[in-house]
Amino acid sequence: MTENLEALRDALPRLGEGVSITLQLTLGGALVAFLVSVVFGLLSISPAAPLRWLSTIVVEFFRGTSLVVQLFWLYYVMPLFGVSMDAVLTGVIALGLNYGAYGAEVVRGSINAVDKGQWEGATALNMSRVTRMRRIIWPQAWVLMLSGYNNLLVMLIKGTAVALFIGLQDLGYQIDELRIDTTTIFAYSIGLLLYYLIALVFSFGLRVLEKRARRRLGLPAGSAHASAGAAL
Amino acid sequence: MPAITFDQFWSWQAAADLLPELLTAFVKVTLLVTVVGTIVAVVLGLSLALITQVTPSVIARPVRWVMDVIRMTPLIVQLVFASFLVPVDWNLLWVGTVVIGVHYSTYMAESFIAGIGSVDRGQWEASRALSLPQARTWRAIVLPQAMRATLPSLGNWTISMFKDTPYLFAISVLEMVTVAQQAGNNTFRYNEAFTIAGLIFLVASLVTALAVRRLEKALVY
Repeated sequence: MTENLEALRDALPRLGEGVSITLQLTLGGALVAFLVSVVFGLLSISPAAPLRWLSTIVVEFFRGTSLVVQLFWLYYVMPLFGVSMDAVLTGVIALGLNYGAYGAEVVRGSINAVDKGQWEGATALNMSRVTRMRRIIWPQAWVLMLSGYNNLLVMLIKGTAVALFIGLQDLGYQIDELRIDTTTIFAYSIGLLLYYLIALVFSFGLRVLEKRARRRLGLPAGSAHASAGAAL
Repeated sequence: MPAITFDQFWSWQAAADLLPELLTAFVKVTLLVTVVGTIVAVVLGLSLALITQVTPSVIARPVRWVMDVIRMTPLIVQLVFASFLVPVDWNLLWVGTVVIGVHYSTYMAESFIAGIGSVDRGQWEASRALSLPQARTWRAIVLPQAMRATLPSLGNWTISMFKDTPYLFAISVLEMVTVAQQAGNNTFRYNEAFTIAGLIFLVASLVTALAVRRLEKALVY
């Protein structure tokens, strides 16, 4: 056990680098995914049919093809077009597009879950479509969205481990390195716990945001509507 | 950015050569892993759900925690971990299938727990009033109703599992994407290989999604 701990102490700087890569992928991927989900989620409820079709096609495409396939496609095929991207950027874009497509469904479902009376009330007050969305619908949908995003963010953090496939030295890679100097069980227990902690922290952060959003709407802090986005 | 002609970009000949190989890998590995993995996940998921529901919290709580850790950590890392733990002569395809099944059983258990929770309280009370034994209440009253509420989400987890099978690449099981990658390495026709692999996934998940949607409709009360 002491040898294990000594090896762990020596490996700490490298583990730190691994965590840093994993966090870069997580934060970058989450940012891209958020933007993608909002854009395509809003397009999917657009009154213009071609925009809705576009959104359905894009969302089903990225949800339907596997993350690994998308990653490989970006990594190996994009250079054919003369676009060579840094591996971290490739990972961020692949994660962002894949989980963004799932997120678009969360956005769509949450907006549709806002009570019909709210839409009618806003219309009756002669609000423009943009104002109605911005001031009335979105803040209420946002509360529902956050619990859906919470699930997706945990999935995205787990998805960052695909970095292994494009040669990135993320947390998963560094655990594998640590294994050389320690027992397998020790190295992987540490590694899985680190991943678990990262996921817990992010999940906690989103729950705080959710609570804040509920308070701003004057809703009681508890009882989340877990329905939106629960079914992936 | 260099100009690129369509011929350089896409060769129908290369695509046609690759298709049989990829389809074989798809049927022999991807489908097999998904079917067996789903069976493992459903059986284990239901058992886990029941354990967390009927056992005292001394047992239920640690089980719940272990489920959380498995659910919230990367499948790829779990696959590599398991591949190091088992004896070297074990077939990694089966090891990988079981790991995928165990990983998804934690998701399915959550769905089962939610389904059990959605059964009306009156059903429990009525069973009690009829003095049905506990086991019979679960088997004949609660679980059939819970199943109905759970099945669509189980279907969605199966689709999700199916799209995670390329993770087997990490433990060098020859599934479709690994085959595509190797073909790319040999012929430099990465584009055709990955595009076809992606299309096969897309078609298969659309078909499954449609089937799940029909199942959902058929199960509406």
